Amino acid sequence: MLKFVVRRLLLLVPILFGLSVLLFVWLRALPGGPAQALLGERATAESVARIESLYGLNDAWYVQYWKFVSAAVQLDFGNSARTNRPVAEEMARTFPATFELAVAALIFAIGIGIPLGYFAARKYGSWLDNLSVSGSLLGVAVPVFFLAYILKYVFSVQLGWFPTQGRQDPRMDADHPTGLYVLDGLITGNPEASWDAIMHLVLPAIALGAIPLAVIVRITRASVLDVVHEDYVRTAEAKGLWERTITRRHVLRNALLPVVTVIGLQAGLLFSGAILTETVFAFDGVGRFIAEAISNRDYAVLQGFILVIAAIYVIVNLLVDVSYGLIDPRVRVR
Amino acid sequence: MTSTEPLLDVRDLSVTFTRKGGPTVRAVDGVSFTVRPGETVSLVGESGSGKSVTSLAVMGLLPRRGVQVGGQVLFDGDDLLTLPRDRLRDIRGRDIAMVFQDPMSSLNPVVPIGVQVTEVLERHQDLHGEKARAAAADLLARVGIPDPTRRLKEYPHQLSGGMRQRALIAMALACQPRLLIADEPTTALDVTIQAQIIELLKELVQDTGAALVLITHDLGIVAGLCDTVHVMYSGRVVESAGRRELFARPRHPYTGGLLGSVPRLDAPRGAPLHPIPGSPTDVLRWDRGCAFAPRCQNRVDACTEGPPPLESYAGRSLRCLNPLTESEEVSA
Ligand SMILES: Nc1ncnc2c1ncn2[C@@H]1O[C@H](COP(=O)(O)OP(=O)(O)O)[C@@H](O)[C@H]1O
Ligand code: SF4
Ligand SMILES: [Mg+2]
Repeated sequence: MLKFVVRRLLLLVPILFGLSVLLFVWLRALPGGPAQALLGERATAESVARIESLYGLNDAWYVQYWKFVSAAVQLDFGNSARTNRPVAEEMARTFPATFELAVAALIFAIGIGIPLGYFAARKYGSWLDNLSVSGSLLGVAVPVFFLAYILKYVFSVQLGWFPTQGRQDPRMDADHPTGLYVLDGLITGNPEASWDAIMHLVLPAIALGAIPLAVIVRITRASVLDVVHEDYVRTAEAKGLWERTITRRHVLRNALLPVVTVIGLQAGLLFSGAILTETVFAFDGVGRFIAEAISNRDYAVLQGFILVIAAIYVIVNLLVDVSYGLIDPRVRVR
Repeated sequence: MTSTEPLLDVRDLSVTFTRKGGPTVRAVDGVSFTVRPGETVSLVGESGSGKSVTSLAVMGLLPRRGVQVGGQVLFDGDDLLTLPRDRLRDIRGRDIAMVFQDPMSSLNPVVPIGVQVTEVLERHQDLHGEKARAAAADLLARVGIPDPTRRLKEYPHQLSGGMRQRALIAMALACQPRLLIADEPTTALDVTIQAQIIELLKELVQDTGAALVLITHDLGIVAGLCDTVHVMYSGRVVESAGRRELFARPRHPYTGGLLGSVPRLDAPRGAPLHPIPGSPTDVLRWDRGCAFAPRCQNRVDACTEGPPPLESYAGRSLRCLNPLTESEEVSA
């Protein structure tokens, strides 16, 4: 198992290397070079020259690449052109926010998706089944930002059940040692702040979790439908086991194997959904920060954030594979 | 007196599959047989003759949708077909146990062997924890699995095919059932392992006094084991007899054909086998005549004019209008 983990971690190195090259080339291939792109078409020659020398854009490409890589391994991605603060600092602020949102979205998607998919399969052809199938089709078809707007309009603006934006009521006096606001409230003995953070999370989490929910329902349902016809389930029935033992031990344990893989893939994709969701709810996380970096051509930010996101994506998939090995003994042996 | 009362009494069992838009298939058609305590009974027939469906109907394991089951399955006097599901669950695994054909697919790949044994003990005998594990290790040792304590922690893919089938047999025997149904228990195994598994089953039913229903397509397997043999063709019993009488004097042409295709120990080496001509899918519907008629060398005109009845005489049952005579048996 340890060997497996180490091997997968080593695989990170070539992936990140390839990605850094791609990013580097892409940024330099922009029309007029990055400085022009940053300042816009009407930038004066002076300001372009100033930016180029500021960012070392006049150096030979390999010098530039070397500088970029050696800084990046020390988590130094330069300063944001927009906020003028170190990119690493912006990461430390925004990543916990998006992590918290992603966890909430996954709790929503998994907590509802697996039971719903299971019962849809067991009541194959019933109204619940039909509803979950059409619902999951709708779930993947509706654009995230549209869903986010609808949720915000109905439940925040019209009904007033949830706050419309942000992560915490600004009037609330709360400390944030970890940047995970729900956790912060608990460790600073301020449960009201936790509750307030949860209320801020509900709608964004639903918007972000909708697609994973739909996918999880579909995969769980299909997988359970397969597994209930397996010979070993018939063996379990022949032993006279209680239905709940058969469900837990024989059906779900096998049916969830493909679901775990899908959850991993969806977890990785949450970043792209977060760009839209966080923008709609003015949620101060990675997604919103990247969206602003894109519209402001803040290349230092894009470069650094994309690299780190890619690393996280690979690590999430590693975690998925490891957990897969824990529930499927056949993988462990190989 | 009680020993002559049947333990299992299957009466006029029929199973029909109906599929939306498809034809209805009558897989089992008026099958009756009894099993007395401690008796070993065999259901024999080519693939597709309805043996597995019969056993699943007895166990109540047929799918609930698209299946109609008729007749009675009396176990200890209770009709299993009408018993409430929870009562049936109490009987399954405790009083009637089953061993299936493919030991790989019949074991859960992600649950240790030990758990798959102890779960039966937990369910029916209220044995838990260390006690259940010790009992499970004893069971594995009893079916000839070496190093049972270590095997308990292993997963099915870590065992060989023969060991897996032994493990399944251990699970089936865990609660000392009064009836064991084995559906082609050796078909998926290597030839050398087959004999070992049959020997094991024989020994175990002798030791525990359990009755056995052995399902097979191979009369050769039945030879050393069963008291009574029922030969099935296309969902019906075509001949029933004691094992010795059946082997000595098969009367149904199909039984004769099955015997002719069994390698015999007393035959000279290289003597030709005589497989039954045609395929089991080449059948007539029973309501039009004898289903075996398209393949039968004894066919007479009456055979395709109506279904031949099952007639009983001298402890035998036979469904044939022109049975084999003594001289024909030899050539069969
Ligand atoms: N689930 C099912 N749906 C439809 N037909 C079935 C089903 N299971 C079995 N049958 C049919 O019932 C017949 C008998 O099958 P089976 O009892 O498995 O034969 P065997 O004697 O080889 O065990 C076959 O013709 C098969 O096509
Ligand atoms: S009834 Fe006729 S066709 Fe059928 S087995 Fe007997 S002789 Fe052959
Ligand atoms: Mg079969």
